Amino acid sequence: MREHDLAITLRYTLNGKAHTSVCPPGLRLLDLLRREGLTGVKEGCGEGECGACAVLVDNALVNSCLMLALQVDGRSVTTIEGAAADRELAELQVAFAREGGVQCGMCTPGMVLASGALLKRSPDPLDEEIREALAGNLCRCTGYVRIVKAVRSASQRLRAAGGQP
Amino acid sequence: MEPLRTGQSAPRPDAWDKVTGRAMYVDDLVPEGLLHGVTVRSPLPRARLKAIHFDPAFDWSEVVVVGAGDIPARNCIPVLDEDQPALAHDLISHAEEAVLLLAHADPLVAEDARRAVRLELEPLPAVLNLRAAMEHAARGDAPIHPRGAVVKDIRITKGEGQGPWASAALVLEDEAETGAQEQLYIETQGMIAWADEEQVTVTGSLQCPYYVQHGLCAVFDLPPERVRVIQAVTGGGFGGKEEFPTLLAVHAALLARKAKRPVKMVFDRPEDMSATTKRHPSLTRSRAAFTATGELLALEVDFNLDAGAYTTLSPVVLSRGTLHASGPYRCDHVRIHARAWATNTPPHGAFRGFGAPQSCFAIERLMDLAAQRLGLDPAEVRRRNLLRQGDTTATGQLMLEPIALEELLDQALEASRYHELRRDFAAANATAGPEDLRRGIGLATFMHGAGFTGSGEKRLASRAAVELGRDGVVRVLAASTEIGQGATTVFQQIVGEALGAGAEQVLVEMPDTARVPDSGPTVASRTTMVVGNLVDRAARALRAALTADGLPLEATPATVAQALRARGAARGPERWEEGYEHPGWVVWDEDRYQGDAYPTFAWAVYVARVAVDPLTGEAMVEDFTALQDIGHVVNPGLAAGQVEGGVAQGIGLALLEEVQWRQGRMSNNRLSTYIVPTSLDLPPMRVLFRETPGGYGPKGAKGLGELPLDGTAPAVLSALDQAIGVRLTRLPALPEAILPCLTQAVEATHAGA
Amino acid sequence: MTGPSARQAVVSATSLSHALDLLADAQRPARPFCGGTDLLVQAASGVVDPRRWVDISRIPELHGIGCDKGMLRIGAAESFARLRENALVKQHAPLLADCASQVGARAIQERATLGGNVGNASPAADSAPALIAHGAQLEVASTDGTRLVPVEEFFLDYRRTALRAGELITVVLLPVREGGIFWHRKVGTRRAQAITKVALAASGWWQRGALACRIGMASVAPIPMRCRATEAWLAVHAGETGWMHAAAGVLRAEITPIDDLRSTADYRREVAGNLLLAFLRRMEAAR
Repeated sequence: MREHDLAITLRYTLNGKAHTSVCPPGLRLLDLLRREGLTGVKEGCGEGECGACAVLVDNALVNSCLMLALQVDGRSVTTIEGAAADRELAELQVAFAREGGVQCGMCTPGMVLASGALLKRSPDPLDEEIREALAGNLCRCTGYVRIVKAVRSASQRLRAAGGQP
Repeated sequence: MEPLRTGQSAPRPDAWDKVTGRAMYVDDLVPEGLLHGVTVRSPLPRARLKAIHFDPAFDWSEVVVVGAGDIPARNCIPVLDEDQPALAHDLISHAEEAVLLLAHADPLVAEDARRAVRLELEPLPAVLNLRAAMEHAARGDAPIHPRGAVVKDIRITKGEGQGPWASAALVLEDEAETGAQEQLYIETQGMIAWADEEQVTVTGSLQCPYYVQHGLCAVFDLPPERVRVIQAVTGGGFGGKEEFPTLLAVHAALLARKAKRPVKMVFDRPEDMSATTKRHPSLTRSRAAFTATGELLALEVDFNLDAGAYTTLSPVVLSRGTLHASGPYRCDHVRIHARAWATNTPPHGAFRGFGAPQSCFAIERLMDLAAQRLGLDPAEVRRRNLLRQGDTTATGQLMLEPIALEELLDQALEASRYHELRRDFAAANATAGPEDLRRGIGLATFMHGAGFTGSGEKRLASRAAVELGRDGVVRVLAASTEIGQGATTVFQQIVGEALGAGAEQVLVEMPDTARVPDSGPTVASRTTMVVGNLVDRAARALRAALTADGLPLEATPATVAQALRARGAARGPERWEEGYEHPGWVVWDEDRYQGDAYPTFAWAVYVARVAVDPLTGEAMVEDFTALQDIGHVVNPGLAAGQVEGGVAQGIGLALLEEVQWRQGRMSNNRLSTYIVPTSLDLPPMRVLFRETPGGYGPKGAKGLGELPLDGTAPAVLSALDQAIGVRLTRLPALPEAILPCLTQAVEATHAGA
Repeated sequence: MTGPSARQAVVSATSLSHALDLLADAQRPARPFCGGTDLLVQAASGVVDPRRWVDISRIPELHGIGCDKGMLRIGAAESFARLRENALVKQHAPLLADCASQVGARAIQERATLGGNVGNASPAADSAPALIAHGAQLEVASTDGTRLVPVEEFFLDYRRTALRAGELITVVLLPVREGGIFWHRKVGTRRAQAITKVALAASGWWQRGALACRIGMASVAPIPMRCRATEAWLAVHAGETGWMHAAAGVLRAEITPIDDLRSTADYRREVAGNLLLAFLRRMEAAR
């Protein structure tokens, strides 16, 4: 039997719930997630340039097209489908919709997750820091203006609300 | 319940699905029994196809194979001409031309199959770019296209006799060049097709469902009732999904028909970039005569576009470019000769601006040259030549509408602190140290004709409808596609306002040719103005019916909802449909290219501030002011979003985005090698609107979507003039071109010292 | 669009000795896989790597950042995200912290590793100029033991390194040295997510009026290079009339840039000299 045919079993937390997957060892995390029905994770380029495939692994932003599924074994993965249950991500979803940060929507899941990763490590970022944090998520529709505005707005509201709910 | 209104930043009804990841784009759809289709493409730009070899070591038993011989009716994608085949059969006319289609249930096996096909090709001499096409024709070499070297030729002549060339104080010559630009929608092209002998159904990422239907009908010889096209949520288009999806839909349908199973074809990024359409490269040679005080007396423009291997949309791209070539300026003597040249490259196609960015670039560079030669400020040269109400354009169109260009200019100069900064930068640049950024501020004044040219809208004869369902919900039925620009939102607002209803009562349906009438393509900055008008009229007709039922004119949204539910329950579904009415005064002569080119124009002034790093020649736009008059702003938030996104693409065109060619094929077809702006490459933007009545859309709205692509790159290059002291005339202006200008300047200073 | 890596043979190593055994197996050629930001891009082209990939991302011995006997020790599997934020790296290897923040963008930084960047040996390697300027050494391990390789001797030719069969980079060591001038500039195709067109990192000390410096560059030769000829010239001539522009000339002659997809030889040459001048101006100001 060729080695790549040997399926592996992964146990990880997916959007807050314990999850088990069986897959070939070389499968990209992106392919695993989409196969599991999480079609909010998008493929834009397949080489880690556009960020449309970005997800959080242990709250760190990663391009799922450049990660092997087996590398999330024992870890926690958050996709856009898990945003509603996450404090920063849920606020960002509302802010993106309210502030015009969404046009065609294809970059949006990755962009919201990248913004969430930023606010988790830096709750009060200046615009330059926001732009730097999002520089790996390409948007062709908005020119980033209203995306930056949405992140700023979400960060203000989160800080005003204060503490964990 | 809030009433919907235009003129407000109403929220997008599609935003929530997009921020939750629930929106289903074509690659998210997985029908039962799906096969994955791939395309075998020519590696050579021009060749005779001698044979197709299938590796005998490969197991072909489960692979569906489609070649030109499998095409049921016509091997042709009819656009404006019928020269483009769906699949090449003996002659290859461009690299990446589709030759064979393959499908398999496992996408990796489909890729294996693609690698197991060998095309036997006999290379033929190829014409690889615009300059080569012009030289080729000048030598009298055999043309590569049945129509000859040029697939479309347009001439505009205004003014009699020799004109004032001999007596002018200043005569200038200039040459401006722009390269191809890739639309780079974040969602690549994709289609799913179901087909048999009787019918074809496709769903996919597209801008023009009826264009796709038209192409499928021709290839399969089926009537429109048997060909159904449904738009999937589309992740950006910008023109790149105007005509190409028809070809992809035909391919997917051919495979589906042979396989008797649904077939999905979704491009990966490298294939999308190298095989689909791009902005037409251009080369413009101009001559202009000015008075000593900067008035434009005469203009001659030789405007050339690289059409690629097939005609596709090049005649209309050329047309729009030609009609914008003299800019928003008054001039009594204008001669424009425009040509679209055939080359052996993948056909170039629609990209936001559609020929106008190319010709605007040339005229704006020329105006900046005139400013330099005459010792005038670039803003002043514009000011002395701006069109006014009552002037005529190069086609002899009498400008009936009020034109607020001068007011826009004043406002833009003030908002951007143009004069003050221009002085400051001149002083700072003169004493700049070796690591001090060199700065410049520059501008562009421009316009964009809204809707299809001349009698185009009349020919389209667009229709749109509203339907009152049994549930009391009003469904907007138009073929206009939501591709991110906010068409759905704008229609919801327009219809809601006409009815006096809230958002809960108005639903804009996803275009499905089985449901919506042909509202024309989602292009040409026409959606709000032309189709918005149609849905407005249809909604008003429905409202009139409710009034006849007894609904008071001052009814609240809740009362309107009640009335809709009552009528819907009793008489639904009921449909009100409206058709396009061409303004009677619009008179256009297509043969002589004279008359009223567009019923209305959007007018704009953009100001850019750039900083150049003398160590590296890297240019950064630090600030951008975008001012436009678009008649009526239906949704200020969305309109600003359109400008911001358009300016971003324009900055990419100006400074970053270069398509590199090797043997007629895009060699930098990856996102790591084709450089679009990231969030760190773009400035904050100041976007302002003016609303001077005169448009033909609801409440006088005009088109907006493409406008920003016309003036952004010229404004950036104008600013670069001041920053580096050299006027560059090629796009993109890369650091490799900028740095030598600075080095030259520094050396000159050193030499002097 | 399933990635072709789905057919790739991959095995996870649970410890350093397990990994080294797998890499030493002559019957089953293998290569290390960690962050994946280079390997999965290469895999995207569709050609399956016949070698087995050994996932080394969870090996504890390859992680950790600490100071010991005047050396900063960085585990080869440390990510650039960690490097840019780590207090010890910022203090003792400022050029490395700086280049780490300019690798790709955040999502790349979270995965791309120092060892992977060095081992991939692109002439444009983001960390190489900084490592050269800091005088870094690589600890390389195999089933036969460990050895140290100075970073500038690691790159032999275009994408060819001094790694022998079965060897793995385990630790990167940088000497802690105070009081120098450190300067780094990466010139890419845009301000983020950019492959280097030309980059220079330099460290320098004035020692009794003479300039001792180390200059590392990327994308101006088939390998990341240490500009020894320029360093040697500066050691003799720094401080003479017109020395800075003359040094730029020496550098421009020492490097061998080419025209490629990203830029031109002329541009790279011109910018390389300008970057050196910027460093030398700072050295001059500190004299």
